[in-house]
Amino acid sequence: MARLKLPLAEYVRTYGPHVSDTPVHGWAHKPPVERLVKTHCCFCGMQCGIQLQVANNQVVGFEPWEEFPFNEGRLCPKGVKRYLQSHHPDRLTAPLIRTETSFREASWDEALDLVVSRVREIQAARGKDAFAMMSGVSLSNEKSYLVGKFARLALNTANLDYNGRFCMVSAGAGNKKAFGIDRAANSWADLPEAELIFIAGSNVSECFPTLMHYIWQARDRGARIIVVDPRITPIGRTADLHLAVRPGTDSALNQAILREVIVNGWVDEAFVRERCTGWSELVASVAACTPDWAAAITGVPADQIRRAARMWGEARTSFLLHARGVEQHTKGVDNVLSLINLVLATGRIGRKGCGYGTITGQGNGQGGREHGHKCDQLPGNRDIENPVHRAHICKVWGITDDELPHKGKTAVEIFEAIHGGEITGLINICCNPMVSHPDTNYARAALERLPFLCVIDFFMSETARYADVVLPGSLQEEEEGTTTTAEGRVVRIRAAVSPPGEARTDTWILLELARRLGRGDKLSYADNQEIFNELRRASAGGTADYTGITWDRVEREMGVFWPCPTEGHPGTPRLFEDQRSYHADGAFHLYATPYRPSAEVPDAEYPIYMTSGRSVFHYLSGTQTRRIKFLVDMAPGPQCEMHPSSAARLGLVDRQLVTIETRRGALTIPLTVVESIRPDTIFVPYHWPETLAANQLTLRALDPVSKMPEFKVAACRVRAATADEARHARARFAELRIEPDGDTAPGRLGGAG
Amino acid sequence: MTGPFLEFTVDPQRCIGCKACEAACAECDTHRGTPMIHIDFVEPGVSPQTTPTVCMHCENPTCASVCPADAIKVDEHGIVHSSLKPRCIACNNCELACPFGVPKISIGLGQMQKCDMCFDRTSVGKRPMCATVCPTGALFYGTAEALHARRPQGEAINLWRFGVQEIRTRVRVMVPAGVEILEVDVAEIVDDDAPAAEPVVTPARPREFL
Repeated sequence: MARLKLPLAEYVRTYGPHVSDTPVHGWAHKPPVERLVKTHCCFCGMQCGIQLQVANNQVVGFEPWEEFPFNEGRLCPKGVKRYLQSHHPDRLTAPLIRTETSFREASWDEALDLVVSRVREIQAARGKDAFAMMSGVSLSNEKSYLVGKFARLALNTANLDYNGRFCMVSAGAGNKKAFGIDRAANSWADLPEAELIFIAGSNVSECFPTLMHYIWQARDRGARIIVVDPRITPIGRTADLHLAVRPGTDSALNQAILREVIVNGWVDEAFVRERCTGWSELVASVAACTPDWAAAITGVPADQIRRAARMWGEARTSFLLHARGVEQHTKGVDNVLSLINLVLATGRIGRKGCGYGTITGQGNGQGGREHGHKCDQLPGNRDIENPVHRAHICKVWGITDDELPHKGKTAVEIFEAIHGGEITGLINICCNPMVSHPDTNYARAALERLPFLCVIDFFMSETARYADVVLPGSLQEEEEGTTTTAEGRVVRIRAAVSPPGEARTDTWILLELARRLGRGDKLSYADNQEIFNELRRASAGGTADYTGITWDRVEREMGVFWPCPTEGHPGTPRLFEDQRSYHADGAFHLYATPYRPSAEVPDAEYPIYMTSGRSVFHYLSGTQTRRIKFLVDMAPGPQCEMHPSSAARLGLVDRQLVTIETRRGALTIPLTVVESIRPDTIFVPYHWPETLAANQLTLRALDPVSKMPEFKVAACRVRAATADEARHARARFAELRIEPDGDTAPGRLGGAG
Repeated sequence: MTGPFLEFTVDPQRCIGCKACEAACAECDTHRGTPMIHIDFVEPGVSPQTTPTVCMHCENPTCASVCPADAIKVDEHGIVHSSLKPRCIACNNCELACPFGVPKISIGLGQMQKCDMCFDRTSVGKRPMCATVCPTGALFYGTAEALHARRPQGEAINLWRFGVQEIRTRVRVMVPAGVEILEVDVAEIVDDDAPAAEPVVTPARPREFL
């Protein structure tokens, strides 16, 4: 049982997060730079090119990489400061094993053998699937592929899933339904060519700052911008039309826009007749979706809906972008499909300046979701239940069909199965559910009753505190490999330095575990390039076909867009140029998306909408960025954005500590009064853990297709914090800014065992 | 203009307040750890609009005019430098007089420090750190032709009037076509009858909560 033995403050004191903003040699004495390593930023799906300055096997600074075509040297503040993580004093530098009081350092042999013996014990007692694995897509393509193979062959479990389930799976599911392929349809180069840019549920300015340059380029050429968001974000501020939609009502808005497009004759009739299926059913499904009907649901005035429809309908070229704002719902797939319907109804796809895409959030959110990381998927974005797909992978891996597990549980279902006692062991890499799981109190209860947890991470994440064994792994800049950016471009990640102390590369850890689990025959590689070359063979013939992509080509061509079926193939920056989808029938599939309410909507008891999202200064669960002082100074902790009219009604003032309550939990944080949010909605960023976690408030309701939780809508109430709550919150906020000192090196806690 | 130095233009309409510029400025080898650029909210609580402030490198810099120690110099490229350490008496005149609010007296160093347009980079043909990393192009460093190609509908101007003082700057600011001068009537901002002057901008830093 992995209940925490010490107060949380003790874990922070020993393992961090500590905030540090000091380069490894201090600000005053920068050593001469020995080499510049051309690689990519680890902090979002843009994967901006960056050069890391290296001296003495340490990253000592950065230099913009102006030749890399996507970002030409541009970076966001996370990218600028990312170099500070590799030598951060919080780095885990030795394996740790839980003791009666906390953790003790252990040898690799002892730690790995303990993991292996627990895997064997649990699987012997309760079956193979009682041991699960959770992963994440900040991992490279090579590591993502390896995790998929490791879980299926070495753990031999069906229960492998990943943190994309908390991120963008609704987009992937919607794309597969409509297009038969899960990738942005265009490279970003088509953005400046479009005369209308429609952005639904994406705070591009904070989540993907370097993509802004492409949108500004379009605007400089005369493009107009529509932004759909409950908040006026920096991109919303500049939009020609900002639709402040009520959280959870996107599909109703999009249905009404589609109806207006149809009624006004803005449909590409030839395209929907010849290239699409389901058009007449779709038309019938929106017949009653008038702007007035949608206005009542969405809170967007009917004339704004008509104006959006006219702008969309009359445009000759367009690029539609969406992100988590429409995807993280119990009808996320429907929301995505309702947007795709707008694109297909006007036939504006597969041509210059005619684009569509989800903006993937995680570092390798694109590549990591293609090669067998998901519970229902095999490499090349194959279906684990499709006999032909299984046969191909069995051949590549040299196994028989009965050795390959079938579809397993999704992320939230894994935690539910831990609660229920069905899953009793878990290896967790690159995932921090104590921040990112909906209803974090539920996730904590699951971890507390989980008999065995192994965490592979480079820092002591809030999840790792609950582990029985913590294995110190590697950062992105410590292993060779590739990632695939949000536009489908495979790029090269370089090892700038080696992991510190006794930390090892993630690849070494997985392969060593596999060897000790008796699957060294199937999981043994000379180097990461050999893993990539096997991934290429495994992906061959799948939709995400990497066959023709080599590390050499990726470096020489500064990225190659998949699908790329042969080495002579130029890659595919723009999909659908032949006006054919990747479905067997070659058609684009339209689906009706009848509006239904969110799982929880405000009522008399909880009258306010709560929605959540990101800050520009933090990445995902904050394990990395909450340790970098510049970023922490700019955004030290969560705050509650509220409209002045609501604040006045509730008698609350700017900077006051308030308590937000939902049916799951309560969160006490400072109030920020801003006019840039709907009066019926509050916003809280989600990057913080434990009692500062926004996800204490969210619910575990899932999209029936994608199994994505509804992070974007909850019903809440807000009141002034009590004196006790305020005292507790101030103490937690103070803990977010503790700087390291000589006594707080990792591994110092509880050596007595 | 001589040497490799190119045009620097601020395009506030593009700013998203991400502070990549501040983060990168602090990486400079000459003032490591301390940014010389800052980002402000224009109307905090009302709009997410932010704007960057760099040294405008005036043709006839007010900071140098008011310096009693003759410690602030303009070089042949039009770049106004931090105060000369042997001369500077850290009297604060420059800080008080600059209409853009740029120079800052460093108590620790006992002199005035400010943006020198990344002299260590620009003097060897590189772009300034802030304008290189700025993800949105709100900070531009390049030729006037390249800027015009990018922003055909705007105009980069460098003439300002603060009350009766007219100032021409080396750094330009992007405005809608047709605007020739940016006038700031100080009397409109500072009302003598009011108990205290309202600041035009507020630092975009998180404030401590109650």
